[in-house]
Order: sequence, then structure tokens, then C-alpha cells
Amino acid sequence: MSALSLNPLYRLQFEKAQDCYVLLFPEGMVKLNPSAAEILLQVDGNKDETAIVAALRAKFPDAPEDMDADIADFVAKATENNWITHG
Amino acid sequence: MAKPQPGPPLWLLAEVTYACPLHCPYCSNPTELGDKTDEIDTQTWLDTLSQARELGAVQLGFSGGEPLLRQDLEMMVKHASDLGFYTNLITSGIGLTEKRIKALKEAGLAHIQLSFQGASPDINDLVGQRKHSFAHKQKIARLVKQYDYPMVLNFCITATNIHEIQEILELATELNADFVELATVQYYGWAYLNRDELLPTKTQLEEAEAKVNAYRDAQTSGPKFIFVTPDYYETRPKACMNGWGSTFLTVTPDGTALPCHSARMLPLQFPNVKDTSLEKIWYGETDFAYFRGDDWMPSPCKTCEEKDKDFGGCRCQAYMLTGDMHKTDPVCDKSPNHHLIQAAIAKAGHSQKTLVYRDPKNAIPISIAETE
Ligand code: SF4
Ligand code: SF4
Repeated sequence: MSALSLNPLYRLQFEKAQDCYVLLFPEGMVKLNPSAAEILLQVDGNKDETAIVAALRAKFPDAPEDMDADIADFVAKATENNWITHG
Repeated sequence: MAKPQPGPPLWLLAEVTYACPLHCPYCSNPTELGDKTDEIDTQTWLDTLSQARELGAVQLGFSGGEPLLRQDLEMMVKHASDLGFYTNLITSGIGLTEKRIKALKEAGLAHIQLSFQGASPDINDLVGQRKHSFAHKQKIARLVKQYDYPMVLNFCITATNIHEIQEILELATELNADFVELATVQYYGWAYLNRDELLPTKTQLEEAEAKVNAYRDAQTSGPKFIFVTPDYYETRPKACMNGWGSTFLTVTPDGTALPCHSARMLPLQFPNVKDTSLEKIWYGETDFAYFRGDDWMPSPCKTCEEKDKDFGGCRCQAYMLTGDMHKTDPVCDKSPNHHLIQAAIAKAGHSQKTLVYRDPKNAIPISIAETE
């Protein structure tokens, strides 16, 4: 699998006033829920999806079994939305 | 009942100057342009940006007029990006040079939106009333991408250029745009004077939309096209800015704070950043809060189950068309004034008038917009 990167059109940042991470892009904004934010924070241009899952497992050892599937779902959705690119 | 307390203003539109080198017939700026000498100074802008960020604003648009005409633009952009704003420059591209593109990048500018009037020099330069601006814009668009900015191209679609839609799609692709807004003019401000000349017919719009859809379907990469139809052909109005005073805050060149860039036409007393803090403006009880909530609503909106969706529509449109800013937006087919919209549609494609260009020198005081 190839490494995932954030599309340079988008910017990920924490917003105090909204108490959440947001994705910013030309004239728009997406509010992220906590798990989406955790996943995107791992998207650094070096890790592939397996490595991202491993990193999140290490960070959240008590996370339920189906976390892997949730991550896969989110990655698919984020790819479709063009937020992240592969390779 | 008290008005609902809003969340933070997420979007700040900083209209830093009224001055503009172009004179587009569809401009939505007020027909009575402000005076350059009323413009607020650099320090007041910097303070305003800091206050807005403190309140929670995160998207910031610099517009005008032509924002590049402010020589302190780079300084404002720098301040804003240091504060953590996502900064958007909304420009005609006139006055943009490689030097400034580079300086703005260094200042932290996140995105540039370039507006085009058409896909060929004839139409573009005719509509904008300036020779050679088309070639210049193409050059600028290439530089914007060369300096790695996300780029949005905005084509204002009217009856005069709608036949060029295919060329527009191709041009945007060739210029490597990331997003392309194909926006049919909204009839506020100056554009209202030219409504009959600018409004495309329903058939023209449907043909254009079909071409956009076909082009989109055949795309595997390239720009994302967004086609915005004028609400004249809808039976429900557009929601006013996501709800009046709920998300957006505009500050005009003279410091007036508005819930939307058009709201100045309304017979209300809006507060000014020169003497009122943004916090007071946003959360206080000035006319800025006038149309928050639904206490002001007339029938049929008052009892309508869709009122949370469109908030009764656009106050400015209601005001321009009916003379009463409290009325239901005539775009709604439940409005007793809906016939006014139908009359405008019937006239589309039949106008004999020539376009009125916005030239400050012969500014025509047709003030549908003004009441004082
Ligand atoms: S009646 Fe008013 S609230 Fe209902 S749909 Fe029409 S404009 Fe919206
Ligand atoms: S009512 Fe006025 S303030 Fe609201 S969207 Fe319409 S033009 Fe803007």
C-alpha cells in the first residue's frame, strides 16, 4: 500500500471556538468529529493505511475490534472527497 | 421572545476598498459607492481581524472593490495568517503582478479566487469595460498555480456570455483551476439595474447546465465545477447567508458591520467597527441582530414548516422587489408577491435596453436601494 498524504488544497487545524479540528479549503470548512481528526492527524505523507491503523492502535489500546473497519471507511470517504491522496 | 444567541462568526468578509478598476454591469456592490476617504485605516483593520479571530472566525476573505488597490494588503494578510485565519483573496486579477503574488505567498495567503467575465477577450473585455484584461488574467492564473496556490475561478454567467459555456469549461481546465464557480448573477446592488439584460432565459440555463453536466461526467481529473442557478427560477428562496447573523460577518471599507455584503441597502442602522467592538456587534442588540430568529416573520412564513430551511429568504431581495424588507422573499411561490418574479422571468431575453456600466463618473442615482 502507498503512503497517504493530505491534499495540499486542504489545511487541518484545531479551532478553539468550535472545540474541534476542522479542514479548511478555499472558502469552505468541514468540522471533523474526534475520530476523523485522529485519523487525519496520522496522514503525514509517510504512513500507508496499515501503518496508520497500527499507530492508532498504539495510541488507543482500548479501542474496539472494529476500529480497523472504521478507519478503512473513513479513508475511503476522505479519498473520494479528495481530502487525501495515495502515493 | 428573546432573539436566539448565535454561535461564533465563522466567516469574515473584509471589504477593504470600494475602488475597482473594472466596471461590471452585474456588480453587486452598492449602487452608491462609498468615498475612498471614508476607508478605515490599516490599524483599524488589523484590530478588527484580531477581534474576529478571538471571537472564533476562521475563514477570511479579502475583497472589495479590488483589494489589490490597498497597498497594505500584504500587511493585513500577514497579520491574519499569523492569527491562524485561512485567508482568501477575491480579486479581478487587475493589479496582480508576479511580485505581489510572491509577496502574498510569503505573507501566508492561502488561496486566490480570480474572477473572469467570459472565455474570450471580446466578451471578457466588453463586460468588464477594460481592454486587454483577458490576456492579463490568463497570465495571472498561470502564475497563481506556479506559486502553488489553490485557485478558484469565478465566472459570472449572464445572458451576454452564457452561450460560451463550453469554452469556459475548457479554459478553466486549461488554466488548471481547482474549483470553478459558474455563478449566475445575483440581482443585488448594481446588478439589479441591469436585471432584464443579464438574466438568462430558462432554456439558456438548462442548456448550459446540461453542457456542464456532460463535461463533468467525462472528466477523470481537473477542476471541480460548481454551477449556481439564479433563484429567480426556483420556487423556494435561498437561505439568507445560512441564517441572518448566524455565520457571516462583513466589514465594509468604511467599517460598517453587516450580516451580508448586500445588507447595507436595507433601512437599518448597522454598527461600525470604528466605535463598537466586534463582540458587541455580534452578540449585542443593534440592528445587526434585526432579522435573527423568526419573530419578525410575516405570514405565510410565520406558520410555514419550511421556515428553518430558508428563514423566509433574502431580506434584500424582498426589499428591492416589494419595498418592505419584512416581506416573504418573492421568489417563494407562497409569497403574495411571487408575480413580481414571474414578470422578470417573462422579460428575460426580450430586453431592448443596453447595459448600464458602473462608472462612478456617471453614477446614476437610481436608488431602489436607498431610503434616506
Ligand atoms: S413561506 Fe417563507 S418560510 Fe415558507 S418556504 Fe416560503 S419563504 Fe420559506
Ligand atoms: S437578505 Fe441580504 S443579507 Fe441576507 S443573503 Fe440576502 S442579500 Fe444577503
